[in-house]
Amino acid sequence: MVVKQISVFVENTSGRLAKVTKILAEKNIDIQALCIADTTDFGILRMIVNKPDEAKAAIREAGFAVKTTEVIAVSIEDAPGGLNKAMQILAESDIGIEYMYAFTEKRRNDALVILRVENNEDAAKALEKGGVPVIPGEVIYNL
Amino acid sequence: MNKCWNEKIEFMSRDEMHALQSERLVSQVKRVYENVPFYRAKMDKEGVLPGDIKSIDDLGKLPFTTKQDLRDNYPFGLFATPMDEVVRIHASSGTTGKQTVVGYTAKDLEIWSECVARGFTMNGADSSSIVQVSYGYGLFTGGLGAHYGAEYMGATVVPTSVGNTARQIQLMVDFGATVLCCTPSYATYLGETMRDMGIDKSQLKLKLGVFGAEPWTEPMRDRIEELLGIEAHDIYGLSEIMGPGVSMDCREKNGLHVWEDHFVPEIINPDTGENIGADVNGELVFTTLTKEALPLIRYRTRDVSRISYKPCSCGRTAVKMAKPSGRTDDMLIIRGVNVFPSQIESALLEVEEVEPNYLLIVDREDTHDTMEIQIEVSPENFADNVRGLEALTKKVSGKIQSTLGLAAKIHLVEPKTLQRSEGKAARVIDKRKLY
Repeated sequence: MVVKQISVFVENTSGRLAKVTKILAEKNIDIQALCIADTTDFGILRMIVNKPDEAKAAIREAGFAVKTTEVIAVSIEDAPGGLNKAMQILAESDIGIEYMYAFTEKRRNDALVILRVENNEDAAKALEKGGVPVIPGEVIYNL
Repeated sequence: MNKCWNEKIEFMSRDEMHALQSERLVSQVKRVYENVPFYRAKMDKEGVLPGDIKSIDDLGKLPFTTKQDLRDNYPFGLFATPMDEVVRIHASSGTTGKQTVVGYTAKDLEIWSECVARGFTMNGADSSSIVQVSYGYGLFTGGLGAHYGAEYMGATVVPTSVGNTARQIQLMVDFGATVLCCTPSYATYLGETMRDMGIDKSQLKLKLGVFGAEPWTEPMRDRIEELLGIEAHDIYGLSEIMGPGVSMDCREKNGLHVWEDHFVPEIINPDTGENIGADVNGELVFTTLTKEALPLIRYRTRDVSRISYKPCSCGRTAVKMAKPSGRTDDMLIIRGVNVFPSQIESALLEVEEVEPNYLLIVDREDTHDTMEIQIEVSPENFADNVRGLEALTKKVSGKIQSTLGLAAKIHLVEPKTLQRSEGKAARVIDKRKLY
């Protein structure tokens, strides 16, 4: 049910991201989605990739602080009100969102939203019950 | 002749000074040997007895004293008088958690006050002066040292201490202060804030600035003189020897007259301990001649300086020491506070999430010293949220603040990017141009 997300600590200096993407390119790893949380000094690069364990090992070997975080992916209708539906369900269930990011995939008609919440299981249950499909990791990795 | 506080001493011939120093050294060494077990043991071990010291020329026979000795005898172990004669304690930061503690008898305070008064008077201040003391008051010797000296001279003292700069400037204008005492960086800050407030220096009655407690340069002196429209003078001291007023520069502004009737300077080779004489750079060493509570024999200041006996145009015969041009240890002075890199390391050791690997970057933004400490994120302490990492930096900066009494910006860097411990110098980058 959950999706493994790779989080990497990157200093806010030029060339750091390029170093990470180079590692992934060399390992022939495909990035499905990514986002960056940035502060003045540093950023946290968060990625969904096709081979999370391999990606993590390679990035760690290059000396980065890297961590796997379990997140959930949901499918929403790529139309006005699509995201709102999922948000309302979580709000009503009193589930807080730490962060989220969305992406679309050209072979799919929906939009995908990655959610980092306190309790994945509760969130997934509530969303499924409300009619918002939760997409398993295996599907996401192989998009 | 220009004004002076103690004509007899300040213009004494070298021969008379030699005789006075000799007489005082002989009795000081005797007293120290009798009253301070540390010195007795040290002198016995080196085979030097008080009887071997017959004049100031025998100074070199005596052992050195270091800051470590003060720490080892924390807090009052080196005091030569009973505590009921000690009327004041001051302290400064040591290389680790422990402070360097110093004490004064009533007579010590009077001598200190006189030394400061000599410096003020030498540069034109007198009992009609209004002296604003913007040094910090407290364990630090700056505030009370300048305060007592100015009061002893009979001046009116305005003890504003540090902080609340806008109010300081207002009081300076309203009370008509003629003398300002503070750190040189604070003087610059005052001058700039004043300009921002739209107050012109012509609204001030300031004539003289007495600045010390941190290194500063000649261009900085020019800048302060221009900003505040004053004569800026350098005052030197260290709490172990007394506090500010051990020496001060005169109108020549090319060296600081040491009040040699109380403190004898020597310049040594820091590696061999050999006295290398005048006009050569080395480590400055002081022996106190009259201190009662905490007499120190050949105390190694770790300041790099040189001394000169060349006659001075001001007529004073007292030896002049050059503005310190560096340190022989790794101590930094940041915003007037002594900082040893080892203190940062011990603070980091108390935060279990971080490694004690760090890089300290000291810089000066305009007039304000800044301190940035880089520490590494590790696979263990890396949290996948900004809040977690910010909590970590906050924890570290809180620990640094409580250890050093200074705020530092904590900058997280990637793992294994900081140089591993091979010598302390690599851990500190001082970008300020202080010397």
